[in-house]
Amino acid sequence: MILGLLKIVGRSLRQHVLSTVVTVLSAALAAGLVMAVFSIKQQTHAAFVGGPAGFDAVLGARGSQLQLILNSVFHLETSPGNIPWEMYREIAEDSRVELAIPYAVGDNYQGYRLVGTTEELFTRFEYRKGVRFECTEGGRFFDPALREAVIGSVVAEKTGLRVGSTLNPYHGLVYDPKMKHAEKYVVTGVLKPTNSPSDRVIWIPIEGIFRMGGHVLRGTGTEFKPEAGSEIPDEHKEVSAVMLKFRSPMAGFQFDQMINRQGKAATLAWPISKVMAEYFDKMGWVDRVLALVAYLVVLVSAGSILASIYNSMNERRRDFAILRALGAKRRVIFTTIVTEAALIAGLGGILGWVVQMGILAGAAVVIRDQTGVVLELTQWHPALAIAPAGMLVLGAIVGIVPAFNAYRTDVAENLSPVS
Amino acid sequence: MPVLQIRDLKKSYTAPDGTESAVVDVPKFDLESGAQAALAGGSGSGKTTLLNLIAGILRADSGSIRIGDASMTEVSEPARDSLRAREIGYVFQTFNLLQGFTARENIELGMMFGRGVDRAHAAHLIGRVGLTDRADYRPRQLSVGQQQRVAIARALANKPRLVLADEPTGNLDPQNARECLALIREVCRESGAALLLVSHDTGILDSFPLRFQLSDINRAAQPAATTGGPR
Repeated sequence: MILGLLKIVGRSLRQHVLSTVVTVLSAALAAGLVMAVFSIKQQTHAAFVGGPAGFDAVLGARGSQLQLILNSVFHLETSPGNIPWEMYREIAEDSRVELAIPYAVGDNYQGYRLVGTTEELFTRFEYRKGVRFECTEGGRFFDPALREAVIGSVVAEKTGLRVGSTLNPYHGLVYDPKMKHAEKYVVTGVLKPTNSPSDRVIWIPIEGIFRMGGHVLRGTGTEFKPEAGSEIPDEHKEVSAVMLKFRSPMAGFQFDQMINRQGKAATLAWPISKVMAEYFDKMGWVDRVLALVAYLVVLVSAGSILASIYNSMNERRRDFAILRALGAKRRVIFTTIVTEAALIAGLGGILGWVVQMGILAGAAVVIRDQTGVVLELTQWHPALAIAPAGMLVLGAIVGIVPAFNAYRTDVAENLSPVS
Repeated sequence: MPVLQIRDLKKSYTAPDGTESAVVDVPKFDLESGAQAALAGGSGSGKTTLLNLIAGILRADSGSIRIGDASMTEVSEPARDSLRAREIGYVFQTFNLLQGFTARENIELGMMFGRGVDRAHAAHLIGRVGLTDRADYRPRQLSVGQQQRVAIARALANKPRLVLADEPTGNLDPQNARECLALIREVCRESGAALLLVSHDTGILDSFPLRFQLSDINRAAQPAATTGGPR
């Protein structure tokens, strides 16, 4: 009986193939949108809140913790200012600090920012537990005494730079062709993809930023222009941020007290994940609006399923009467229509996976270019199961209206003229 | 034993102006197992209503209909549906085939709600009505005569005890009408099913030794205005 019922449903869908296809596609779009919204939300949230696990905190100029993190962890936004080199040395030598890596920013190449740092970024820093930066074959990390650069995978892909390529940095964090520096850097390594914002960075020795033509150092409060061939006294040096890893969570608490609450010279953004979580909470309305739009599309799709089946009722009334005359019970007719609606919605739900992957693929390009965060097209999210199942149930629910209409079909009236 | 027993069967309709008008009022009518009978009646004489009451498609206002041992009038609608599916085959004037299904599938659909799909029996029936080479054709791909042959095979699909035929040749040309009528009678005889056929065509009615004027058994019916005059 069930197979027979499915056969009746299948034939009906085939008989109205155009409206079936259009309705299935609208359901697919709705399900795909819902899946994509939740999948993108989950992945971006995980990348921004849980991603930069390699560091616990960022020390930077007095100001916004969020701006500090966006600038130094995600390589977005402008730098809130600099802190003296001395501050970096002090915290790096503190026994409670496991790792302290200075960043200095101020230049870009074709919009990809240059970050001056130390070799420790490559030799000691783990961007994921147990995983350090690695160069692709034939590459190596820079020599801090030379004008050498290590580039992220996105930079390599987008700019065409390879090992052996040279580049002239441009002044500022925004690309302006008129602001080209004279210094020429040689690419010594391309980092393997990390699916993190680091993929969008050009790493150079921190001395390179200090000595870049036109740069001035204000570590002492007065301007200092480094001269070629001579050492830069530490008191003149300054850094944009110091990336920190503590030996224990208590250290973070103690530094937070000392720097943020008692001191006035700098800001400690700690813990990074908490600051980002607060930011995402504030931006939660965007997610809610996107989800609302997706739900509205689901409602429109449910309406189109209802309209599609309901509109076919008149021409199918005779078929129902024939089936009833053959002995089909009213509930069989009812079930047939509900099954048909559920099947349309369910098929749409399954096709929604393809739509979701399409949306994710499109969004992934934009998000990767803007942030370096790479979305996984096949990453699991409960919405991938809930959306198709929900569409199936929703289809069955909207199918009840035309099903009830079919249920009430008057057999005698719809079979043949009464004589 | 009669395969069909009707006692004091009444059915009336309410007209738009609110007046009740009786359509069927049959005090007594029996049809023996395996018998073949023709009912003559003109338009509006209640022929189709009577057949629909016998088939359990319509519910009687009062009275009883028995199909063999089973009551068609004292049971719920789902039970009437089951009884119709298992014990009654119905041939319509307009064939009433499902257009989305092939000839074979239309016959198998008839089985689905009755004794279950029996592909071998469906193949036998399709061969019996001479459509083996058209088994996978859809109704639109068949001539009207072939469509009625499919409908006849479908009516026999559940090996029913009673076949009801409502003007089965009304939409056919004389040649096809003769062939289909002969076919219905043959296959009913072969399967042992009783046949109750209604028509207003005297040519058809004359071919049945057992024939009734609807007005003789249905007190609500006007005397028939059949094509060959009242009988």
